[in-house]
Amino acid sequence: MNKPYNHTKATMALAKASFRSIMRSPSAVVFTLAFPLVFILVFGFLGKGGLKVDLAIAPGSDLHNPIIMALEENPVVHLVRDKDAAEIKTGLEKGNIDGLINVQKNTTEKPAYKANVAYTSASMDKGNVLKSVIHNLMYSLNSKDVMPTVAELNESTVQGRIYRTIDFILPGQLGFSLLSTGVFGTAFVFFNLRQTLVIKRFFATPVRKSSIVFGEGIARIGFALLGAVFIILIGHFFFHFTLVHGAVTVINMLLLAIIGLIVFMGFGFVVSGIAKSESTIPPISNIITLPQFLLSGTFFSIDAFPSWLQPISRALPLTYLNDAMRKVAFEGAGLWDVKHQILIMVIWGICIYAVAVKVFKWE
Amino acid sequence: MDNTNAIISVKNLVKKYDDFTAVQGISFDVYENEIFGLLGPNGAGKTTTLEIIETLREKTSGEILVDGYDVDKDANKIKRIIGVQLQAAGYYPNLNLVELMELFSGLYGVDINPMEMLEKVNLQDKAKAKYKALSGGQKQRFSIATTLINAPKIIFLDEPTTGLDPQARRNLWDLIIEIRKNGTTVVITTHYMDEAEQLCDRVAFVERGEIIALDTPDNLIDQLISTGFERKKEVKKANLEDVFIQLTGKEWREDN
Repeated sequence: MNKPYNHTKATMALAKASFRSIMRSPSAVVFTLAFPLVFILVFGFLGKGGLKVDLAIAPGSDLHNPIIMALEENPVVHLVRDKDAAEIKTGLEKGNIDGLINVQKNTTEKPAYKANVAYTSASMDKGNVLKSVIHNLMYSLNSKDVMPTVAELNESTVQGRIYRTIDFILPGQLGFSLLSTGVFGTAFVFFNLRQTLVIKRFFATPVRKSSIVFGEGIARIGFALLGAVFIILIGHFFFHFTLVHGAVTVINMLLLAIIGLIVFMGFGFVVSGIAKSESTIPPISNIITLPQFLLSGTFFSIDAFPSWLQPISRALPLTYLNDAMRKVAFEGAGLWDVKHQILIMVIWGICIYAVAVKVFKWE
Repeated sequence: MDNTNAIISVKNLVKKYDDFTAVQGISFDVYENEIFGLLGPNGAGKTTTLEIIETLREKTSGEILVDGYDVDKDANKIKRIIGVQLQAAGYYPNLNLVELMELFSGLYGVDINPMEMLEKVNLQDKAKAKYKALSGGQKQRFSIATTLINAPKIIFLDEPTTGLDPQARRNLWDLIIEIRKNGTTVVITTHYMDEAEQLCDRVAFVERGEIIALDTPDNLIDQLISTGFERKKEVKKANLEDVFIQLTGKEWREDN
């Protein structure tokens, strides 16, 4: 009895209990793991395709000639055969087909073939790609046996890191997973513990309030980090997610994840304090998470947003977490290189915890 | 055993809420190793009084000593020597009884064997069950087990038998008597007078935030009889509850 009370032991007992509870809670597992994984799988497979241009061959076109053969071997061009003129016309109008080619043998002496190509205004971007593909192809076909008179072109590509869709999508999903587990998880747990008098029972023991908050925080961070490692490893081994410095990069990402999660948990504390009933938690949490989900560059780069929207995007904490994660993972930046992003997250953290201290309720 | 050694002493306790006085200057002592009952209608101030002694609620004025510790100065020392069972308290979700016991042993900072604690309240068969899946009687027994973790000097039980069937109620009485036998002081609130008469060494009647009577159940009954009170109906040697117990058995049941 005279042995001094051990606050660390109490905190760890709470962390252990909370961790067990989270692991058995279906919603936590779904939000932290399943949800981001589904998006990663979808975009992972989408990203493998790359750019494809659909080029229809006109009915009646000559098929056995060097032009068609060269197009067949081109990785960008997908040749569409066996369509009649009417189908091709609607295809071109809708932009499902990006161009039409008609090759005819030349009856007069030279050149041997004539190729008529039609583009469509319904698909200008791909039309331009097609245009340069065909120009290149014609140039190499025509100059095959000719010595250049002015200069010979020698082309080569520097072998760089390939920026895949996964390199963009995975950090965004990771950030969103941290946001939802931080906000929803924390809000529900503290609201329920308060509502079911679990916290009141805790107060009848010598435990400190800070131990309850820290214990809960440790468990949530532990769980979120497990989720993050899982997502990163799946992304790396199945979809070639780029980790420039391997394990060091993963550790940097996890440190960023901790900072982000602590900020997001602050939102959770605020929500648990202002929610009047359990059913008001999801709408309030969604007000916090949805705009960040859409505007923080989870799916698209915020550079693609209209300029009036960009300042809003640049005010949200998830934007900076996503940004920092991408820099660390793909560019191999260290934490010091993303100090600007970290600083903004810390400022958000200070503000949100100042609010949380005011609105959080224990009873 | 020295029966007049006060382990809890409450002097002029007042608790005011904004527009309403829940407790208006009550004083009483609880003696070491007795079972002390707080009786009275709902809203009389029993739970408020208990929660102030348990250091869960601030008082407006008055003086309370628990085993020599002042509730104002030594709340944490008091928490270490008392066990508290709250009315309708919940437990951490998704955990089984053993895990909840481990959690509480961490919260109290003591090392216990969870199974031994569960055996004390005859819940060893439910070790892997969730709190939610327990019956009313099992829930109350589990609640009491969590109050015993820190080997407290005093335990507080707030309406532990409300909503239980007669067998479960009697099982709980046996458990409470057992706990007292091990040297623990018990403070209990209840709405059942037969329970108070069976269990309590002394009872206090609380009404509108004041104590209107405090004595042993025997003396209180004698006092009433001495005023010429008589029951309208001649009391038989058994009552309907005795019939219930005789018909359905007194043994511990799987579900209570």
